[in-house]
Amino acid sequence: MQTAVDTWTNSTTAPTSARLLEIFRSMMTARLLDEKLAALYRAGKIHGGVFLGKGQEALSAALGQALRRTDVFAPLIRDGAGRLAFGETVVEALRSCLGSPQGPMRSRDGNVHRGRPRDGYLPMISHLGAMISVVGGMLLSRRLRGRRGDIGATCIGDGGVSTGAFHEAVNLAAVEKLPLVIVVANNHYAYSTPIEKQTACRSLVDKAVGYGVQGHTADGTDIVDCCKVIGEAVNRARAGEGPQLVVAELLRLCGHGEHDDANYIDRRLKETTIGRDCLDVARETLQERNIMDAEAIAQLRAEITREIESAVQQVIKEGGPDPFAHDWCALATRRLADPPL
Amino acid sequence: MSITYLNAIREAQRHLLETDQRVLIYGQDVGLFGGAFKATKGLAEVFPDRVMDAPISEDAIVGTAIGAAIEGLRPIVEMQFADFSTVGFNQIANNAGAFFWRTGVPVPLTVRLPSGGTSGGGPFHSQSLEAVYAHYPGLVVMTPATVSDAYSMLIEAVTIDDPVIFCEHKYLYYHLKADTLEPETLPAGKARIARTGRDATVVTYSAMLHEVLEVAKELANEDVELEIIDLRTVKPLDTDTVIASVARTGRLLCAAEAWPWGGVSAEIIARIANEGFHLLDAPPRRVNAKDTPIPYHPDLWSIHRPAARSILLAVRELLRI
Repeated sequence: MQTAVDTWTNSTTAPTSARLLEIFRSMMTARLLDEKLAALYRAGKIHGGVFLGKGQEALSAALGQALRRTDVFAPLIRDGAGRLAFGETVVEALRSCLGSPQGPMRSRDGNVHRGRPRDGYLPMISHLGAMISVVGGMLLSRRLRGRRGDIGATCIGDGGVSTGAFHEAVNLAAVEKLPLVIVVANNHYAYSTPIEKQTACRSLVDKAVGYGVQGHTADGTDIVDCCKVIGEAVNRARAGEGPQLVVAELLRLCGHGEHDDANYIDRRLKETTIGRDCLDVARETLQERNIMDAEAIAQLRAEITREIESAVQQVIKEGGPDPFAHDWCALATRRLADPPL
Repeated sequence: MSITYLNAIREAQRHLLETDQRVLIYGQDVGLFGGAFKATKGLAEVFPDRVMDAPISEDAIVGTAIGAAIEGLRPIVEMQFADFSTVGFNQIANNAGAFFWRTGVPVPLTVRLPSGGTSGGGPFHSQSLEAVYAHYPGLVVMTPATVSDAYSMLIEAVTIDDPVIFCEHKYLYYHLKADTLEPETLPAGKARIARTGRDATVVTYSAMLHEVLEVAKELANEDVELEIIDLRTVKPLDTDTVIASVARTGRLLCAAEAWPWGGVSAEIIARIANEGFHLLDAPPRRVNAKDTPIPYHPDLWSIHRPAARSILLAVRELLRI
């Protein structure tokens, strides 16, 4: 069973062996889980869509790993790795993707739209940028009640930063000096639209100046750089320096969803540094630093694969919801529900 | 001593801030300035941490309030005008409205919408959006028509565990006064029979109640007695009270200031046609605003929205008098 190690005591930004190992494990688990989800989708076992994080695992896992369990986290589409690093289990991820009534969304919402708000883990809505101000509101609430030390983190892409919701929420967080880390994965395509059609900025990190927040850039393909830059941003937010905007350069190594062959991605980009597979880079890094050798990595892979297979069997057995026994009330205050017509 | 509809809203918020540490007021100019209509005047002085000015960002204002509500606060958002709430519409409808259903975690959030027309308000400072919000699942929509309801329903709104859209009418802010607040009021979801009568049922809410009361007074001189129902809450809709009244009168007119298409009036008529068709002695009717943006000039505006004159004509047609 995948469990994220509590990083409560981790206050340095240094990419220590222990941190890199945790990040790597989440990356590997996310990648293998994604591959399984794609297979289940092709086999017709998954309703709706499947949205994978291939190429974004290092960035996402580095963020999840840098957070404490008491923090607030609002991940986005390609943050399977970050979700695992923040504490989500493989079983729980699968329950949402396969529509199990035992999942946190109880078959009412699926795939990437999952979370546990009571645990500070927010379920995204599909409207990009909408969760940023919600994280801000949770942080504001904690400040008002005198609860200090927690931060919030949220993820968005090079397309999402064009929304009004992003602009309003980042500006508001800056005005209120909230301890918020906003991680932008610039994977160069918003569905099929290239970055040139999203922004005229030289770099997306230039937006930080406009909002009056601190900006950082990271190589999203490099586990060490992600670990260092995200760790630094998290520490600065926690130290009261206000919102932190982290922009990481990378490339989406899959379609927008599994229905998409991504033939619009410029082949030349794949040959550049951003086209590297972050999981390969991480594997090499761990071996170079003598954190894991090839055999240990293969063992880890086998172990995670077994874990995923067993989780899939378990969740498939849980079955789907009973629509006739379902509670069709959208209100918490039952007496105020409009009578069914 | 008399209290206005606006004062009632301010006093309700003062009471809430005093009695519940979880209450937070958030919106544009609501702080020391006291709000565009002075609905929060004097509150920031007493509760500086919990009456907060926001940037002009309706989406982020509602999103922030959702986050605060999830964390256990009871935020009240003031939209400067109901019309601007469309900028925050996504957060209200898709995030707040769906949140409990999706996660099982309630969002106790109140959004105050200064609604409805005033002379010279024009297209973007006059709208009545209750039907738009009622259309989305997961929201409660209140439309108080009296000073007492403005006070007690706002207090109740904040105690409700779901997002409440509180449509307060700007025309009533200064024009409607009461000597005292009624000690006991109906709960949310219950309509009030504002006047009993035998000849026809008129269902209305918010500022239109007062236009309809005027019509009823005039018709009483002709020995025609209207029964008037003030819905108070448009969602949930108190269909039972309306049906019971139609059973007594056999005739139904709906009068609302909002646009006609897919509105509250249409919903009531659909329900009565479905559940009480056999009770009707005449086709049900409705009076709504014209299906155009709301005009600026007072002479156009007075014809655009329903008023006593046009409601009276509709009642005469309904009763063939």
